[in-house]
Amino acid sequence: MPHIALPENLPGITAGFAFRPETAKPMRELAEVLLRGPSTLTSGERELIATYVSSRNDCYFCQTSHGAAAAAHLGDRAHLVEDVKRDFLNAGISAKLKALLQVAGQVQQGGKSVTPEAVEYARDLGATDLEIHDTVLIAAAFSMYNRYVDGLATWQPQNAEMYASMGEHLAHRGYLASSMEEAPVREAVAR
Amino acid sequence: MPHIALPEGLTGIRAAMAFRPETAKPLNELVEVLLHQPNSLTAGERELIATYVSSQNDCYYCQTIHGAIASANLDTEKALGEKASEDLVLKVKRDFQHANISEKLKALLVIAGQVQKGGKNVTAEAVEAARSLGATDLEIHDTVLIAAAFCMFNRYVDGLATWQPEDEAMYRERGKRVAREGYISVSKDYLPHPASV
Repeated sequence: MPHIALPENLPGITAGFAFRPETAKPMRELAEVLLRGPSTLTSGERELIATYVSSRNDCYFCQTSHGAAAAAHLGDRAHLVEDVKRDFLNAGISAKLKALLQVAGQVQQGGKSVTPEAVEYARDLGATDLEIHDTVLIAAAFSMYNRYVDGLATWQPQNAEMYASMGEHLAHRGYLASSMEEAPVREAVAR
Repeated sequence: MPHIALPEGLTGIRAAMAFRPETAKPLNELVEVLLHQPNSLTAGERELIATYVSSQNDCYYCQTIHGAIASANLDTEKALGEKASEDLVLKVKRDFQHANISEKLKALLVIAGQVQKGGKNVTAEAVEAARSLGATDLEIHDTVLIAAAFCMFNRYVDGLATWQPEDEAMYRERGKRVAREGYISVSKDYLPHPASV
């Protein structure tokens, strides 16, 4: 049961967003810029970073919904979501993305855990300063979103169909509108 | 030295925000709602929560600037004077259970400390204790989100290894100005394009 009286039948962060629209707006906009805005990293790569950090923070709703968004972007390479969560160093992703995931994992531990060596290694593999910046901020932002979702003890149903529909929404329509506006998401929640 | 080539001469999060104005905009809007806009928790109380979490995360820039903003607000709200306000901020960072703040705020700081460790660390008992001391659901929500947001801001500021000079007078003066004008207004000083409001 949630720690406060959140609107019912809304999963995860959608309940926090509905409870407090004033903070939902900039939180949605931040996710939109970081994960779907113009970038030299693909949305699939950025969603993998978000999923990895959420998995390290043990947030079921976030790792599953962003894992589904990553899968929607990756298409026939959707298996990479589980591969990255389990052991990203041996996943079929670029060496540069592995180096960025290393940086993201350090941020998840704490800002001071980021080493110049890890940053230098990412740069050697072609990462730009903007890509390193965005990796740090994605990992920092999910250290917020994960704490928000679990810190309120939101309802996090185990409903594969719901997360798959949500992932399609996040990948193709984005973060500014609620995924609950999508009929397939609402129907999956209701089942 | 910062991990990436941030604009020179800007301290802490300001350098990162000037580097990436597209993300600075929602970040400033979030902190404006959480810490500056009218709320049943005073700005001083909310800045104390932000300062406490930043201190638990060992972020020098964030705990010092938000400590200064908290102090400026507390000076106004409680007419404590500058020295006593600054002392109260230090006491909250070191040992809030024995600081001269309300029992409700102590209970909210307990929740904030749990969020800092991880979302799953928040206990139903801590939430119930805050509620029994008069905290509303909105105040509990905002406490959780302030603590979560500073787990982001602290990681952002330290994760890029931003320049964080030890200059008390600078933080004190900036603290007064942010307390008075808010985050979005002051961001026009350092963002390449004024944040739209």
